[in-house]
Amino acid sequence: MPRPNPAQPSPLSAMPNAPAWPEEVFRALKEAGIRQVCYVPDAGHRTLIELAHGDPEIETTVLTTEEEGIALAAGAWLGGQRAVLLIQSSGVGNCVNMLSLIATCRFPLLALVTMRGEWAEFNPWQVPMGRATPKAFEIMGVQVQRIDDGAQAAPTVAAAAAMAFEGDQAIAVLLSQRMLGRKTWVEK
Amino acid sequence: MRGASSRALDRRAAVRELLAERGAALVVTGLGSPTYDVFAAGDHDANMYLWGAMGGAAMIGLGLALAQPRRPVVVITGDGEQLMGLGALATIAVKKPGNLTIVTLDNGQYGETGHQASHTGLGVDLHRIAESAGFAAVELRDLAGIADYRRELARLEGLPRFATIRIAAETPARALPARDGVHLKNRFRAHLGLGVN
Repeated sequence: MPRPNPAQPSPLSAMPNAPAWPEEVFRALKEAGIRQVCYVPDAGHRTLIELAHGDPEIETTVLTTEEEGIALAAGAWLGGQRAVLLIQSSGVGNCVNMLSLIATCRFPLLALVTMRGEWAEFNPWQVPMGRATPKAFEIMGVQVQRIDDGAQAAPTVAAAAAMAFEGDQAIAVLLSQRMLGRKTWVEK
Repeated sequence: MRGASSRALDRRAAVRELLAERGAALVVTGLGSPTYDVFAAGDHDANMYLWGAMGGAAMIGLGLALAQPRRPVVVITGDGEQLMGLGALATIAVKKPGNLTIVTLDNGQYGETGHQASHTGLGVDLHRIAESAGFAAVELRDLAGIADYRRELARLEGLPRFATIRIAAETPARALPARDGVHLKNRFRAHLGLGVN
């Protein structure tokens, strides 16, 4: 059975089989007091990005590269707001240097990372950074949690947000490629 | 064009003039000499001094400006630091925070590492890049111009602003603020009435 092309924009209502977890995760982020969402565009984060743009209480910032979001999240915390960073595994390496800022100043950090290069991946260029993603975070002191099941997404994000913003920790939550679904490339 | 009409400014005098009436401004400084310059102009709880995070000063400024829309936010950094985060100029320009000003102290070189020429020293105009991204961008050439520009720093609306100040390449005596990031963060947040976890 063909899956919808995640790269093809279409209203959520036109996707009766759309998974529930993005909206549940968005609710969890709201309940955690997130006021800023920054992202590098990604098909796996598409619904979350749309929900953030549609919410007048949330400042949404599109980044040119992932490390900008690390610095932005630090600035938001300095000013009293909680931010979340939405990125893809392909860009995690870009964050490594800027994670010094988080470690040195003990800033909270919450990143949601869609995984590529680990399940039914047809593009070999995605594999090295996908494979290195947990280690790239861990070498800089970021704790990695992983979601393989959509039902666990919102509770995991809620727990990660509590630990980040109430416990002063840096947490990356990886959303597995198997859960996100195989990327299709045939335009329908 | 560059350097035609005036001598490059003393960096300490330029920053002192810029911050002479800082009011409610929240200040983020780029690593190296801009951090020392801002500290030398007068320590303040609302100064966040960076000693690292090269390329991140402007984006810290954006996150802060979005979180504190009623306070002017001023990022004071160097040409090398800003060059490492050029994409941030596009990110900030499209977000349009009216309370954010980025001031780049431009000596055309990497003073901290042995005075190697930077890209601005080799012909790149940062304020023109910022202007094409969508900032209200200017080049400040003398102390009177900097004094006038203080009005702009206080703004909370309109386009985000970007100013290049041409400074001389000398290295003044070190003036070193605290380096402990947790202390600086908590001091800054306490100034805004925010608690420590």
